[in-house]
Amino acid sequence: MSVTRALLADGAWTDASVKLGNSLGAVAGFLGILLVVFYVAGRASGRLGRPLAVGVFLGPAVLLLIIGLVAPLVRTVYLSFYNDDSTRFLGGKNYGWALTNDGIHHVLFNTLLWLLVAPLAATGLGLVLALLVDRMRGQSVYKSLIFMPMAISLVGASIIFKFVYEARDASQPQIGLLSQLAIGLGWQHPPNWMLSQPLNTFLLMAVMVWVQTGFAMVVLSAAIKAIPDEVTEAARLDGAGGFKLFWFVTVPMIRTTLVVVLTTVMITTLKAFDIVRTMTGGNFGTQVLANEMYSQSFVQFNTGRGSALAVILFLAVLPLVAYNIVQLRKERAVR
Amino acid sequence: MNEHSAAAAADPDETTPDETTPDETTPAVAATPADPPAERKVAAGGGRLAKTGTTPAHGPVRKAFSSPFGSLFVILVTVLWTIPTLGLLATSLRPKQDVATSGWWEVFTHPDLGLSNYHTVLFEGGFGVSGGLLPYMVNSLAISVPATIFPLVIAAMAAYGLSWVRFRGSDTVFFIIFALQVVPLQMALIPMLQLFSGGAHLGSLTVVPAFNLSGTYAPVWLAHTMFALPLAIFLLHNFISQLPRDLMEAAVVDGASHFKIFRSIVLPLCTPALASFAIFQFLWVWNDLLVALTFAGGTPEVAPMTVRLAQLSGSFGGRWELLTAGAFLSIIIPLVVFFSLQRYFVRGLLAGSVKG
Repeated sequence: MSVTRALLADGAWTDASVKLGNSLGAVAGFLGILLVVFYVAGRASGRLGRPLAVGVFLGPAVLLLIIGLVAPLVRTVYLSFYNDDSTRFLGGKNYGWALTNDGIHHVLFNTLLWLLVAPLAATGLGLVLALLVDRMRGQSVYKSLIFMPMAISLVGASIIFKFVYEARDASQPQIGLLSQLAIGLGWQHPPNWMLSQPLNTFLLMAVMVWVQTGFAMVVLSAAIKAIPDEVTEAARLDGAGGFKLFWFVTVPMIRTTLVVVLTTVMITTLKAFDIVRTMTGGNFGTQVLANEMYSQSFVQFNTGRGSALAVILFLAVLPLVAYNIVQLRKERAVR
Repeated sequence: MNEHSAAAAADPDETTPDETTPDETTPAVAATPADPPAERKVAAGGGRLAKTGTTPAHGPVRKAFSSPFGSLFVILVTVLWTIPTLGLLATSLRPKQDVATSGWWEVFTHPDLGLSNYHTVLFEGGFGVSGGLLPYMVNSLAISVPATIFPLVIAAMAAYGLSWVRFRGSDTVFFIIFALQVVPLQMALIPMLQLFSGGAHLGSLTVVPAFNLSGTYAPVWLAHTMFALPLAIFLLHNFISQLPRDLMEAAVVDGASHFKIFRSIVLPLCTPALASFAIFQFLWVWNDLLVALTFAGGTPEVAPMTVRLAQLSGSFGGRWELLTAGAFLSIIIPLVVFFSLQRYFVRGLLAGSVKG
């Protein structure tokens, strides 16, 4: 460190330590306040005890949830019926714009495509891997490596794949892996991947599949392991093997988990805007709803339109999450 | 090994933690004699009977799908899944000239590696701007640590309140919090931003004054804390509500207040669940782009790595040797956290729906 320290303006280090100091100071202050509150409240007894406890334990969470989620939810719906500085009531005009504008049509179509392709691909591949990896020697290594992208930010993943998709004129040496592979396989002039529609949208989806497959594999693998041996044994004695066993025994036994994984990846896909934003900026026909909502709101400052798109996104996510929640509750109720 | 976990409390598939996590969670490197490999499964209390010999516990299913092609396929996918990251690492270590003129796979034939790109990217910038990524990296840390601890503590308190402090309507409150998981971040962004910059007013009455927080981490911390709560409370409630009732009652009989019980009984017993969620939340915050973009802006004072990288990727797309070094710097901490604490991370994943 001392070598780099010499090369650096001292300012950078003091700056860093001040920032981290502030951050840790905030944590310490927060915990300190809590300790004091706990100490004082802990001494209160008798009739005051219980209401005080309810207030102290639940107060902060309820307050934050009201400020951060409940009120904004209501307000976004309200904003979506007004013009951009919220002075004129427009009725359903913003929604009308969202549903009739050609550009937005394309965005909605892309979003739907994402919603169908990426989760199905990730879950399907994850399921196959979960079935296969279980019997292998050193399975933990394979699992870890396939699961690893889950820890990488979508921005990082986007840069990784931007590099894989880097294309150059066929006369020059390629630095992108995909072009090199294409040429190696005998494709004389591979296209500029990120500019060719609709291929580019699918290549962006590949990033999402890369990130989510490991998650699907790990969760499904746990579900497969939970199938009682007796069930598979019995099926095998009845003569089910290979694909039959998989289709008529394994899949029904893990159906709930399969659906939960699928919907979870779908929800992530719907809301993720990092990939499109980082790799193409939504250009070349790759725009999706989440990114369009962001740019309408925070780049063009069309608050009304942005809010309307947020509401549409919410309505799209709602059934998926509701289904997930109902499933999980059912599972828990059974036990 | 007979510990409970969030997974045991909420995992949709009834399994003991030991069965859900042993093999997928220990990186091969960490396999020590104390850490039985998959072939020697030890059934935990409450699990199935321990199998004798060395047959794996899931023999039938395994055998049914075994084939050399299957193994080959898995190996192929693993290689495919690893290569992009490897290419990133290799490129970030190569000199500028090589990166621009040849593919990174040439490192196997002409290895010429060094750390100079990292130096450039961290301290000098090298993107035609002064100052490197270092301040952004510091920001990422300064944002992630509090944004992990705040929701963790607040959610643990709320989960305890909902589980053990009896009051009318606690079930309703729990259900509403649970249902709030459906609100996507995008719904909250615009109003939150307006609140932070202009306060809240009812007519001419000011309900919340305008916070003058711009240029500080506070809005980012707050936003992350608020958005994390529904899932955190749900997961921790699953765990805390399952603590043994007689233990709690004994403590009450001994005259302990709720505050004392929470501090000296609940928190220590919940460590695994808390650890699971903490890892989860840390990775989530560190990797987040949307919240940071909205509430931190793009300045070196506050913006984290992800925001800066997204900017650079747009404007300096040609400087691959620097972009790859920057990207690798941004994923190194999550990867270390992930590989060293995978076990807990997986538990968090299995413990119900995933963050959204």
